[in-house]
Amino acid sequence: MSLLSVKDVNKRFGGLQALDKVNLEVEAGTVHAIIGPNGAGKSTLLNCFIGRLDPDTGSVTFDGKSLLGLPPHEINQAGVSRVFQTPEIFADLTLLRNVMLPAFAKRDGSFSLNAWPLVDRQADIRDAAMHQLEDVGLAEKAEHIAGQLSRGDKRRLELAMCLVQQPKLLLLDEPTAGMARADTNNTIDLMKKIADRGMTMVVIEHDMHVVFSLANKISVLAQGTVIVEDLPENIKGNPRVQEAYLGGAHL
Amino acid sequence: MGNQAMNKSDLILLGAFVLVVLFAPQLFAPIGAGYPDLLQKFAIYGIFALGFNILFGLTGYLSFGHAAFLGVGSYSAVWCFKLLSMNPLPALVFAILFGGLFAAAIGFISLRRTGIYFSILTLAFAQMSYNLAYSVLTPITNGETGLQLAQSDPRLIDMMFGRDYGAVLPPSDLFGIEMTGYSGYYFCAVLLIVCFFLSLRIFRSPFGLMLRGLKSNQNRMAYTGLNIRPYALSAFIISGMYAGLAGGLLAITDPLAGAERMQWTASGEVVLMTILGGAGTLLGPVIGATFIKYFENIFSAFNDGILNQVFDFLPDTAREIMVSISSLFVGEGWNLTLGALFMLIVIFLPGGLIEGVKRIRTSVGKLFRGGGGDGKSPKSAPAE
Ligand SMILES: Nc1ncnc2c1ncn2[C@@H]1O[C@H](COP(=O)(O)OP(=O)(O)O)[C@@H](O)[C@H]1O
Ligand SMILES: [Mg+2]
Repeated sequence: MSLLSVKDVNKRFGGLQALDKVNLEVEAGTVHAIIGPNGAGKSTLLNCFIGRLDPDTGSVTFDGKSLLGLPPHEINQAGVSRVFQTPEIFADLTLLRNVMLPAFAKRDGSFSLNAWPLVDRQADIRDAAMHQLEDVGLAEKAEHIAGQLSRGDKRRLELAMCLVQQPKLLLLDEPTAGMARADTNNTIDLMKKIADRGMTMVVIEHDMHVVFSLANKISVLAQGTVIVEDLPENIKGNPRVQEAYLGGAHL
Repeated sequence: MGNQAMNKSDLILLGAFVLVVLFAPQLFAPIGAGYPDLLQKFAIYGIFALGFNILFGLTGYLSFGHAAFLGVGSYSAVWCFKLLSMNPLPALVFAILFGGLFAAAIGFISLRRTGIYFSILTLAFAQMSYNLAYSVLTPITNGETGLQLAQSDPRLIDMMFGRDYGAVLPPSDLFGIEMTGYSGYYFCAVLLIVCFFLSLRIFRSPFGLMLRGLKSNQNRMAYTGLNIRPYALSAFIISGMYAGLAGGLLAITDPLAGAERMQWTASGEVVLMTILGGAGTLLGPVIGATFIKYFENIFSAFNDGILNQVFDFLPDTAREIMVSISSLFVGEGWNLTLGALFMLIVIFLPGGLIEGVKRIRTSVGKLFRGGGGDGKSPKSAPAE
């Protein structure tokens, strides 16, 4: 059984059919990439997984449970973490605090009046956060303020914040958007490392080169429909994909 | 949970705070503030601002209605005096309880919105409470006269223990220690220390970290699996309890309660105190409260007679001009001074007085170490 199952999802914005009968099956332990030109509906689709948008019709099932209508915090507590197109971090906290916070959320649940213990004395959380920062290569900046990081480092931090929760599913929306070349390559390497450990990931990209070496399966989205779903090696030469990208250039 | 000992710098901070509060009568004497009536005000408004800071400083939710909880605390305490006992302890329990309950109700509704809409909702609720206290709720609040003690009050618990205060209206007393003069101050001082300590623990706790997260990025909070509403509401209720306690103490040191305590100017004052001292810092609110109450005391005591003396050295016309200009800023006009001061602080020292102290310390440090800074590079987190 697949970990994430999307069936016949439709979403309209006024007159625009943003998603048209989208189907998607994401197997546990695989990386599934969704590519497509700008405006194809990729972000809209992702928003339907995480409670930001509700599809008009269709179903989204995760781990045997419907995600529709659930608030974002419950979807996260169910095991779905998300990386945003623009990194969403706690800009005025230190890196260490940025990673400890999600670790607390994982340990203590969506609300806990944990007002007496001291953050700095929570050895388990602190160690887990430090370890996660090491993992993404930010350990030496643990006491820096997150807002001062470069774009690439913010992305690493955001990944660390997701990974420290040991999610069952990691969603990434254009993880390399707006990055310099070096940062892009570093981020791709980091995602490969994470994928190699068996993390299930859904990666959204409009730049198909980013995902070719990473994905086990690729769905191509154009104007709200999945036009092709195939192995990466078969995608590149597919004439319909090329047409979508060339045709999508005017979008 | 393992080792729960506080770190050294926090222990030093706490120790220094305790010392300053306990020796305040001596420490404030040189600036003419070493007497209990004023010190008591520092402590009470310090508590009010500490609580406000847990909401505003940590979560960023700016309430313009916290005086409502101060007023509720005062009314609750006076009612407790009237019905049960002149002992301050049950009065405080009631003040905190009702402050918290009231905050729960107002917070529950106001927190449906954020930003300016939240602020306006809290302001509206507080003004509503203020107006109700003058009108419909007169049986509870005694309207314009204010709620006062009366000889005929039942005081059930005191009666049970055979305490009879005779023909005079009694002050509140803690098992025989009257809550006036220095004993009144020390009663407030101990509570200020307790409140400071609790605020310190909240700041350093996982709960406090969540509140900071709320201020920093609510979107990330939600997608990190955290339910925002109960966190914001808890902070709101805690700050309401602090305000209730402060209101209770006002009634304990002077057993009456009036609706003007709930007015929007009083709500605005605690905002000023917190921002002036340094919102989001541990000490800032207490420093802000002390600062404002100290200068209020000085400036509002000025009148034209004193001003004439001050400008005595000037020729008559110049003196008159100076007196009429400066009299705008003193006495009743103290609020104008406060407003001007507030503008200066927000523009030039947005982190409040605490930031000012830090800047001075850094530049002094630079002076001694030949421009080497304070040994910490800008990367490190600002200390509280
Ligand atoms: N909230 C919204 N309201 C109206 N239209 C939207 C909304 N979100 C996205 N769209 C439209 O839906 C289409 C798909 O957008 P999006 O999912 O962001 O594309 P992608 O992420 O693939 O670039 C675009 O035409 C966009 O303008
Ligand atoms: Mg997008």
